[in-house]
Amino acid sequence: MSQVTMTVNGKEMSGDAEGRTLLSQFLREELDLTGTHVGCDTSQCGACVVHVNGKAIKSCTMLAMEADGASVETIEGQAEADGSLNTIQQAFQDHHGLQCGFCTPGMVMTAAALLKENPTPSEAEIRDYLEGNICRCTGYHNIVKAIMAASGQDVGAIAAE
Amino acid sequence: MYNFEFEKPGSIADAVAALGSEDAQALGGGQTLIPTLKQRLAAPSKLVSLTGIAEMQGVCMDDDGRMCIGAVTSHEDVAAQGASYAALADLAGNIGDPAVRARGTIGGSLANNDPSACYPAGALASGATIVTNSREIAADDYFQGMFTTALEEGEIITDVKFPVPEAANYQKFEQPASRFALVGVFVAKFADGVRVAVTGASEEGVHRWAAAEEALSANFSADAVPDAPDADGMIADLHGTSAYRAHLVAVLTRRAVAACG
Repeated sequence: MSQVTMTVNGKEMSGDAEGRTLLSQFLREELDLTGTHVGCDTSQCGACVVHVNGKAIKSCTMLAMEADGASVETIEGQAEADGSLNTIQQAFQDHHGLQCGFCTPGMVMTAAALLKENPTPSEAEIRDYLEGNICRCTGYHNIVKAIMAASGQDVGAIAAE
Repeated sequence: MYNFEFEKPGSIADAVAALGSEDAQALGGGQTLIPTLKQRLAAPSKLVSLTGIAEMQGVCMDDDGRMCIGAVTSHEDVAAQGASYAALADLAGNIGDPAVRARGTIGGSLANNDPSACYPAGALASGATIVTNSREIAADDYFQGMFTTALEEGEIITDVKFPVPEAANYQKFEQPASRFALVGVFVAKFADGVRVAVTGASEEGVHRWAAAEEALSANFSADAVPDAPDADGMIADLHGTSAYRAHLVAVLTRRAVAACG
């Protein structure tokens, strides 16, 4: 066991990790941040996406010790300071961008990374960027719509299906 | 996953020293190795992460006009910084998905030599030089069959040098679940001839398609691409028969040549 320290959502946090401890496991079991979900554990589904040093990555496919000293953002850090939903989260609620909600943490973190890179993405660009995020309720239309709305674009043209 | 020690050296020399211990293994971005460890298909005693080595990061041009990519440069960074060799930057920008591209590295891909990976096709078609801590290896000598390379035990790729062709294009027929190439073809046209490298198709891993190279060196047009190569020795699995893959090789080569303009 070694001690691993990282800045998570702006706060310095430490915990114990073995060589094999995954970042997803470290966040959930050591730091009790269970908002990051583990869906497939094989880097297909994207439910575990968090940001490490500003990059969206799959935390089930990164070792905790690799993130020692890094700055990590998780879904828990997305809400505004007063606890209200941020723009992306609010848009997911407004446009029914979640059904069972299991994929939502990864969807929101991936959407945040996309909008940072590309503030007004087209529908095709959003779908392309979400390639590594799977929603098993298959609610993609409304997820795409929510992200478009969060970027301040008119979503009237996107069919509600 | 079996447990292992973890080390993250800051220099190539320290990494080589750390890899000297028995059953130690180098770790790039881990996008293949970590899933492999989860399946208990590998049991290293120690993982030596190379991602903290600053001298192995980044994209630059050398005095011979080659694009040099540090071995732990992520696919995302190659896509963003590789404008001097646009076909290679495009290849990097279409590997996996954005989160995988943010972690996966060129060195990791080439060291693994997955028979369906994209980078081996880019490196082989470009006639790249794979630079390690101890020597330089020509791509033609480096790839030695599925998951097999010229790398010795404990030898690590430090950077990869790509001659920039006059025209080049990579066409990938994606296997939609894994996002690996069901078949991928990289065509590179140089002043002294055309090189065509195929990934995803052969039981022997990435390889050059000599008949297409010969025909395209004489006449660089999509019409000159020969009929599909022999399906013998092509991969057959639930995603496609060997004949289907052989067919795709010719189709993608034509598309790649057409896209070169």
